[in-house]
Amino acid sequence: LINGKPLAYLDSAATSQKPRQVIDELTRFYDEYNANVHRGVYKISEEATIAYEEARAKIARLINARSPSEIIFVRGTTEAINLVAQSWGRTNIGLGDGIVLTEMEHHSNIVPWQLLAKQKGAHLKYVGLTDDGYLVHDDFRRHLESDGIKLVSMTHVSNVLGTINPVREYVREAHKRGPRVLVDAAQSVPHMPVDVQDLDCDFLAFSGHKMCGPTGIGVLYAKKALLEEMPPYHGGGEMIREVHLYESTWKDPPYKFEAGTTDVAGAIGLGKAVDYLSNLGPRNIHTHDGELTEYAHDRLKRIKGVRIYGPENPKTKTGVISFNLGDVHAHDMASLLDEDGIAVRSGHHCAQPLMERLGVSSTTRASFYIYNNEDEIDRLASSVERAGKVFKI
Amino acid sequence: MSSIYSEIILDYYRHPRNKGSLPHAQIHARDTNPLCGDVVEMQLELDEKNTVKDVKFNGQGCAISQASASMLTELVKGKTVDEARKISKEDILSLIGGQLTAVRLKCALLSLKVLKTGVYDYIGSTDSVKEELSTL
Repeated sequence: LINGKPLAYLDSAATSQKPRQVIDELTRFYDEYNANVHRGVYKISEEATIAYEEARAKIARLINARSPSEIIFVRGTTEAINLVAQSWGRTNIGLGDGIVLTEMEHHSNIVPWQLLAKQKGAHLKYVGLTDDGYLVHDDFRRHLESDGIKLVSMTHVSNVLGTINPVREYVREAHKRGPRVLVDAAQSVPHMPVDVQDLDCDFLAFSGHKMCGPTGIGVLYAKKALLEEMPPYHGGGEMIREVHLYESTWKDPPYKFEAGTTDVAGAIGLGKAVDYLSNLGPRNIHTHDGELTEYAHDRLKRIKGVRIYGPENPKTKTGVISFNLGDVHAHDMASLLDEDGIAVRSGHHCAQPLMERLGVSSTTRASFYIYNNEDEIDRLASSVERAGKVFKI
Repeated sequence: MSSIYSEIILDYYRHPRNKGSLPHAQIHARDTNPLCGDVVEMQLELDEKNTVKDVKFNGQGCAISQASASMLTELVKGKTVDEARKISKEDILSLIGGQLTAVRLKCALLSLKVLKTGVYDYIGSTDSVKEELSTL
């Protein structure tokens, strides 16, 4: 109960709730087979290693990677993108080269590239947005034609607007001209089928905690040939073949990129989350989230003073609805909704350039997942109406 | 739970008192709340006895941050710099009334932090001051 009312958790785009199976497996790991992976010769270390590697294989199957060795465990989407920037980027991007981003990126897919661009004297180019929250395709084509573009890094689904971007098409166009493509899949893998072979992207990054898994674990997928060429990101134990005083050699991927003791429990927990989502079926999840989004659109747009940002057609977005009401600031809205036990996000959603583009300082964002239902959206709508009365909109 | 959004708060939000700028202000400070993007700027004009002769604020953000900034301008007007320095968290909270969560407390106290930053800059600050500001 929140403020005497049952919690309606409408903030899964920030982090999802965790199913019992995932929580139990974390406890079971620490209770029954807690051991470091890969090098112990005793029974529970072997058990832990098997569970850890099984989790990698499950993730590979979920996104249809060619091999589990293309799956690297990281802390989350942010670390995955930083890994690509500092390992692949520092090797392949040089003075005067360009990186194409979009105006709807999360800060985690902007700042790592700003850092790299500063280090190497490279520059960033942004694909703009239409007023209804789609990418301007012509911008993208124009940027691709300019000289020295080495990488396109774009989000699959906007964390603010919910827009599903035509990544497959963008990858094809990019590859025709040469640049590699990184897809930020933090908001897509939890909500819809994602097939890396079909997308043909070179890198794909996502977080465990937004898809029913624990915090602190995430995934970088990359094509094997790229991983083999890339230098390590972190140096340390577990990633080496041989260490001498002045030089060392590396293990093959994925281990080359997993220095130190990784989040073993987190990876195993994420494996359980993947089981859970696979049983439900990513397509069914997509349909469910889509229906809720459409219902929420319908309910909210009828409220006087509500402005919804992003695509008007709920079918081109997933799980997310961003809105404002009159001159009510998003933080005030979120406080008023909290009084009614409704948890939403408010603010710039780590996407300040996008907020600038929309001409607002903040929005209120409700996001939906497998455990949400229409009743909760009805409560959201009546609570927004109540906020309207409080603020005399 | 009683809502923080009283008629008074909404009135100050929609019709802010002392909003604007003072070109001849001796004290001028600005800060943001990176969490939610609230911005508050304070300008104070002093007379020869270091009394606040006029004060204006500028900013944007939620009702709590903007209403409290406006209320603070009324509170500080006519006070000496030394009295302004002593305005406390509790003074602000009693002006606002109602209960605030920890996150929203930052919104309510942003203007006080800005005021104190400006005042301390004016009278010359010490390390203990930085500590005090970090608790706001």
